Amino acid sequence: MNTAHEPALRLQGIVKTFPGVRALDGVDFDVMPGEVHALLGENGAGKSTLMKVLAGMYQPDEGQIIISGQAVRMSNPIEAKAQGVVLIHQELSLVPEMSAAENIYLGELPRKSLGRVDWKTLEERSNAILKRLKCSFRAEVTVAHLSIANQQMVEIARALTVDARVVVFDEPTASLTDAEKVVLFDIINDLKAQGVGIVYISHRMDEIFTLSDRITVLRDGAYRGTLTTAKTDEDEVTRLMIGRSLDLSRNEAPPKFGDTMLEVRNLACDGLFEDVSFSVRTGEIVGFYGLVGAGRTEIAETLFGLRTPTAGEIYVAGEQVTITSPRDAIALGVSLVPENRKEQGLVLQMNCRDNMTLPQVQDLTAGPFVAKGAELAIFDQYRDKLAIKTPSWRQSAAVLSGGNQQKIVIGKWLSMQPRVLIVDEPTRGIDVGSKSEIHQLLRELAAQGYAVIVISSEMPEVLRVSDRIVAMYHGRIMREFTIDDVTEDSLVQAISGIGPEVAA
Amino acid sequence: MLLTRLKAGGPAIAKQGILVAFIVFMIAFSLMSDRFLSADNIMSVFRQSAIIGVMAIGVTIVVIGGNLDLSVGSMLSFATVLVVDLHDKIGPELAIPVMVMATLCLGAINGFLIGILRLNSLIVTLGMLSAIQGLVLIYSGGQNVDIVDQSGTWFAIFGRGAMFGIATPIIIFGTLALIFHIIMTTMPFGRRVHAVGGNPTASVFSGIPRSHVVFMTYLISALCVAIAAIILGSRVMGSQNNVGQGYELQVLAAVILGGTSLLGGSGSILRTVLGVLMLAFIQNGLILMGQPYYTQRLVTWAVIIVAVWLDVAAKRGRLFSPIA
Repeated sequence: MNTAHEPALRLQGIVKTFPGVRALDGVDFDVMPGEVHALLGENGAGKSTLMKVLAGMYQPDEGQIIISGQAVRMSNPIEAKAQGVVLIHQELSLVPEMSAAENIYLGELPRKSLGRVDWKTLEERSNAILKRLKCSFRAEVTVAHLSIANQQMVEIARALTVDARVVVFDEPTASLTDAEKVVLFDIINDLKAQGVGIVYISHRMDEIFTLSDRITVLRDGAYRGTLTTAKTDEDEVTRLMIGRSLDLSRNEAPPKFGDTMLEVRNLACDGLFEDVSFSVRTGEIVGFYGLVGAGRTEIAETLFGLRTPTAGEIYVAGEQVTITSPRDAIALGVSLVPENRKEQGLVLQMNCRDNMTLPQVQDLTAGPFVAKGAELAIFDQYRDKLAIKTPSWRQSAAVLSGGNQQKIVIGKWLSMQPRVLIVDEPTRGIDVGSKSEIHQLLRELAAQGYAVIVISSEMPEVLRVSDRIVAMYHGRIMREFTIDDVTEDSLVQAISGIGPEVAA
Repeated sequence: MLLTRLKAGGPAIAKQGILVAFIVFMIAFSLMSDRFLSADNIMSVFRQSAIIGVMAIGVTIVVIGGNLDLSVGSMLSFATVLVVDLHDKIGPELAIPVMVMATLCLGAINGFLIGILRLNSLIVTLGMLSAIQGLVLIYSGGQNVDIVDQSGTWFAIFGRGAMFGIATPIIIFGTLALIFHIIMTTMPFGRRVHAVGGNPTASVFSGIPRSHVVFMTYLISALCVAIAAIILGSRVMGSQNNVGQGYELQVLAAVILGGTSLLGGSGSILRTVLGVLMLAFIQNGLILMGQPYYTQRLVTWAVIIVAVWLDVAAKRGRLFSPIA
């Protein structure tokens, strides 16, 4: 580690609230020059919010940002950059139609007289930066023609147009291949050697232990401690991350499983997932746990006919089936509550009743007309059954709370009497109270004999609702647990790609 | 949430804004011309608005489905030239079905490109606007067409006839508006069009055959154009090659004035009828005031701009906004 005693950056007591949510609650964090400091936490723990505060996108309600000993106030990303703090986004934020050089200096292109762009200087400087990053492409190339990894290099190059003191990497390896990762790690080590402080955000334990000097853990928006990487292990980090004694009480009779309702054998979809085999019985909830991008949603979409599998077989109630469209899936009794409620689940400006009956409106007729009575009966039945709080069926879905919106989508599929119910991220963006209500609901549905698949990125959720848990990593099933033999540690290891051989 | 409330209440305010403007226009015109509010004049405005109105019904459905149809103008030229030309060649009883089928084929091309291949509707229908105009000129060889025996054909009833003292075009327009209003508000197809226009992704995730629904909206639009062409051909008993030129904008203006959102998912045929009438009365008022055609175009343009502005402002919840 660098010998400097002054941190390159220090955050003190940062508090940030959004309406109804305390996203950050007195977080302390610092990074020394020439250090890689990993920031860890579950989805929603506040990592991204903290980094947005750091990059000047959000203003903290309380607390201080201290750079090289001086308290600073940053009201936008340009100011943050001027202070030497640069954020490399999880999602690339490049203009694909422009050259790498233009992207690198976007918003601050070098100028000549009369405001004309100084192309020569622009390209010289950009190429110098790319050379420093050991990139094999020229700055004149259009970004759209670059691979994702090279686009990320452009994003990193952007950070180096100023004398960067602190560079934040937010899940930089999410879309990189293993070979590309090696290059990225080299660059991070180079930056480190140049005395830049690095903040590294990732879910992947192996990367964090390879790269970082220290690890800070956030949970529920609060600071949970900082560990020195060399003196800790994955178990300790995992405990700090999950922390709370999880409420796994399920207060119900032991589940009664029936026949296998859905079975998948060696299912594959090019580049998204491979060799996926599992089964779900009636009365059972199978949880799919893994990182974002592990291929879980893609499996769900394949089962729902939105993607075409490239190999493998699907059996519903023992019969082999081919599902090529959502209509096929619906006809077979396979339903999907999609992960993005507002974009995929609901027609927001439509009223609650119409949203709920949408998949069956064609069949819900009296003569040529939609049978209003039958429609309302369905709405009333599932409003009561799911305890949906809305003043009237006329209410547009847009104004309901997240929890009630989700119940509309669940009700939409329950009213189709499905045999298999797939629920993708059932509680994303839903407040804590409604969350446990939905968990309870899922358990009840299983008890009523539905075969349920729950996809979730939240460990407490998976542990709370599932009877069995399938852990996925990089498009493959790593391990399958029953709820009795699962441990949080083994689950975290499985989804981080740490071999099942070791654990099994 | 103030913004949500503004969003929910916005379209109502915007609609009323247009209504207020309309009433101001009506009062101003009736003060300036004593003929404006006469029964004769009102009936004649209704009759003249029928062609735009029938086309606007179809375009409303396309727009609710989340797309545009700019090809209706030249499609009208095509259909009118065809039906008038065929009238003397094979007789009206064959000319009409042949023309309807041909026009539906054009609608099917739109529907295929936009619904099935999912190409951008603005580009496709703008291209069709120009392509169909070319097709008309090829068909007619640049000659205008006429029906020779104008007084002896039953074809005259569509444009020149009357039933119970009401001009046939008004009856056709009113009946079609009512039928499609009922389809859109009470039948599964209407619900599906609203869903596909409101959120195409969620519709697919609900098992709705989105391509098929979009395809159908373009067939309906073409059908409406065909019916408008029957009225137009029958009234004029002849046709110029470019008779429908510029109609696409008038139709779109009426649809927008009626409060149908260009973003798709919401709108109403009956309100489009209101938009059609507003536009027709404004233009009629300007004529009665002795304003030339050019002024009408200018005023029409201004009315459209204000309507679009109010529409998006209602969506954004404010009149000016740097971001969406």
